[in-house]
Amino acid sequence: MTGHPTAVEIAAAVRRGERSARSVVEEHLAAIEAREGEVHAFNLVTAEAALARADEIDAQVAAGQDPGPLAGVPVALKDNLCTRGVPTTCSSRILEGWEPPYDATVVERLTAAGAVSVGKTNLDEFAMGSSTENSAFGPTRNPRDLARVPGGSSGGSAAAVAAGFAPLALGSDTGGSIRQPAAFCGIVGAKPTYGAVSRYGLVAFASSLDQIGPFAATVADAALLLEVISGHDERDSTSLPEPPLALTDRLDQGVEGLRVGVVKELLDAEGMAPDVQARTRAAVAALEAAGAKVDEVSVPAVVYGLSAYYLIAPAEASSNLARYDGVRYGLRVDAPTTGEMMDATRTAGFGAEVKRRIMLGTYALSAGYYDAFYGKAQKVRSLIIRDFAAAYERFDVLLSPTAPSTAFPFGAKADPLSMYLNDVCTIPSNLAGHPAISVPYGAGDDGLPIGVQILAPALGEPTMFQVAAVLEASLAAEGGAS
Amino acid sequence: MTDTATAAPSVLPDGWEMVIGLEVHCELHTATKLFCACPNRFGDEPNANTCPTCLGLPGSLPVLNAQAVELAMRLGRALHCEVKPSVFARKNYFYPDQPKDYQISQYDLPTNEHGYLDLPSGLRVGITRAHIEEDTGKLNHVGGGGRIHDAAHSLVDYNRAGVPLVEIVSEPDMRTSEQAKEYAAELRAILLATGVSDAKMEEGSMRVDANVSVRRIGEPFGTRCEIKNLNSLRSLGRAIDYEARRQVQLLEAGERVVQETRHWDEASGRTGTLRSKEDADDYRYFPEPDLVPLEPTAEDLARIDAALPKLPADRRAELAAAAGVEPTDGAVVIAVQRDLDGLALAAIAAGGDPARVLTHVEHNLAVEGAESLSPEHLAALVTMEVGGELTATQAKTVLAEMVATGADPASIAKAKGFEALDTSALEAIIDEVIAANPEEWETFRTGDDKARGKLTGFFMGQVMKASKGQADGKTATAILRAKAGL
Repeated sequence: MTGHPTAVEIAAAVRRGERSARSVVEEHLAAIEAREGEVHAFNLVTAEAALARADEIDAQVAAGQDPGPLAGVPVALKDNLCTRGVPTTCSSRILEGWEPPYDATVVERLTAAGAVSVGKTNLDEFAMGSSTENSAFGPTRNPRDLARVPGGSSGGSAAAVAAGFAPLALGSDTGGSIRQPAAFCGIVGAKPTYGAVSRYGLVAFASSLDQIGPFAATVADAALLLEVISGHDERDSTSLPEPPLALTDRLDQGVEGLRVGVVKELLDAEGMAPDVQARTRAAVAALEAAGAKVDEVSVPAVVYGLSAYYLIAPAEASSNLARYDGVRYGLRVDAPTTGEMMDATRTAGFGAEVKRRIMLGTYALSAGYYDAFYGKAQKVRSLIIRDFAAAYERFDVLLSPTAPSTAFPFGAKADPLSMYLNDVCTIPSNLAGHPAISVPYGAGDDGLPIGVQILAPALGEPTMFQVAAVLEASLAAEGGAS
Repeated sequence: MTDTATAAPSVLPDGWEMVIGLEVHCELHTATKLFCACPNRFGDEPNANTCPTCLGLPGSLPVLNAQAVELAMRLGRALHCEVKPSVFARKNYFYPDQPKDYQISQYDLPTNEHGYLDLPSGLRVGITRAHIEEDTGKLNHVGGGGRIHDAAHSLVDYNRAGVPLVEIVSEPDMRTSEQAKEYAAELRAILLATGVSDAKMEEGSMRVDANVSVRRIGEPFGTRCEIKNLNSLRSLGRAIDYEARRQVQLLEAGERVVQETRHWDEASGRTGTLRSKEDADDYRYFPEPDLVPLEPTAEDLARIDAALPKLPADRRAELAAAAGVEPTDGAVVIAVQRDLDGLALAAIAAGGDPARVLTHVEHNLAVEGAESLSPEHLAALVTMEVGGELTATQAKTVLAEMVATGADPASIAKAKGFEALDTSALEAIIDEVIAANPEEWETFRTGDDKARGKLTGFFMGQVMKASKGQADGKTATAILRAKAGL
């Protein structure tokens, strides 16, 4: 789709000694050099470290060792993933100058698999947003149309893959922050089952919703990356006691006989663009043609997902972001007393959207309001899980659009509420802790990419990727690469 | 045996009583912290024992320490609590000694609930809950005399941050400061016996806060104040008495008690306002999403019960039954406090007279090495006493020697030339003493009680002198009185 070699191809060539990791990295650094100025996918490009790392991989190959399944593959890391000795900013002023003394578990696993980090990608500050416009370091532009947003919050990672800066990237998804930018940028993005990938070293936004997941140009590349980063980690208490997901060997199994439910409430959600609906129906038709049994399904509680999410996520965020107080690391704005120093630091260090959510969340947890807000939202969450469980009694996977529209122009959603509505299709999976993937499925009336979302029950990733692979193949057959 | 239950003079005016509940924080005696692998150790270089998790660095996550949970549940069982499925919660408030600006604690679903603690005096104090939480770091204020208000700057030591604590909350069941001190001492004994905590009040591994209110007897509870900074049992007692008197004075003057947290100042012997309820924080508790609920299984509880040592109350009951006295008996309480109940039980089992055994344990064995005394030797000693072979005074001397050398009482008594006088020899000595002091004898025989009391001491002195201390005082007194026809 991007015309660049895939991660699967690169790793195979490097492992066989047919290509040097250095040449792979140099090629991608050149791509970054050429377009990063207009795209601004990265907060930091770690070119020197990447080349040094590539040489290590090449030395391993030369010594007859296998660097691993991602040998020599450049990967871009969302800048809320901790990297030892490399600034990790969350695109916030408040973490100015902070270098983590440790690597996130996913970063360790990438390294162990032979991947090469090329840099840290831009995001909405602390992953709060759907456009990457909330970055303290300026927005990322959509490589498909520089006048449009790349989506968010993992907009930098999505743009990096779409622009060919790296075949793979990691993002984090709290309410759609991987899937929506994947859809906007015309690539594949998946949010795994809650607990399938360790959160250790992911700077928390909303702990009960956050998951790290892959971006890639192809379904097979996304599957490979997710295999590498998944599996139990004792440093994360919410990590599932499961081995790494096995996905890549399932991709060619087709959908014959699989039961696919189209979620009525999401397909017909308020503000859903007709071209998005049309492409979703086209995906349904393709799956039917491939032998799947498709029917419409109602998951009634998902219509309350957005409201519940915008209480739970800010509530957790208000607590998670309390530690940025100027005492230990990052920005400190001096003032006469400790309390005043904390106030001044947080006032200067956080952007408007982060402050808005901290206030929302603080209010939702306040004495006397807890039951009405946070408590009620948790009940909605239980209802969504219950309704999904009912749907999965009849269906193997569910289908919906990923986002209500194609990528929108900068500034188009200045009103926070209209921005929040972007997440209507993606939020239910986070609330339920279920996996979901966005697969490109053609273009809208404006020629920009549209994504279709496949949802699965907990640990249903193998089937989910299987369906994604069929959609990808059908789109290629349609000749519809956008 | 002596009756130790002397009534303390009430510190409050007639008709008033105090109502006391205690909140006790104890550091759990674990190798590592509650949510990370850093050592749980007092006294190291500042910030030596820290890592991303206990420093609350971005991206770090807590992993629950299984040993801490085990100890907390053990305490729960020792306090007769229901040990239940529990959920960790975040208590949110900003303070620089708190790395995450929230504390991981337990809120509406604590590990232990609804227990009780039986005090040596017989009072049963309800335990509301005993929950698990993490400790904070420590602020060191530099300049301005070490107080926060005029310090030039403050340094933070996070070695203590994340150290596992249990907070034990009692019901407001205590009515005197003596009972509060007794509760704290008994709780400490349980913490030590179970190995849950080293419970050192001076080092802060056991910290007691007191909730104190007063009321006219029979009326509903009054408004309470919480007193902090109580670093010893003595401070605890003094602070409660001061605070209760302060509240009574307010109420008697027609004023009201304001609910607030107060700070005990040991030097001035007063409590002062720390913060009032009006500006108390809203902690915005919510379930900690980084941890999963804790669900003890039947096997867990069986394992914990099996490992539970005998508790002080059970030990008192056992010794009391063996000695034929009440568990509230002072000697029984002291025997258990000094960890000498095992010795006493064995000595009684070896045939020692229970009353004499308890007397020695209570009065003559507050010495180092007492615990290694042979119970058979102790039994033999009291048997010699009862048989009149040794006087009480001689027995005390022999006992000290037994502790020091480990030798048996008979050979010590022999080496010291202790052979209790038989009654006839004693009578002969008493006759001599009477003959030598006719005027005193006449007064003793015919005088009033007061005069006789004085002269009893005089005659005993003479008898002891003449017998070189080998006379038994009790027997000699009895003979003297018999000769006087009393």
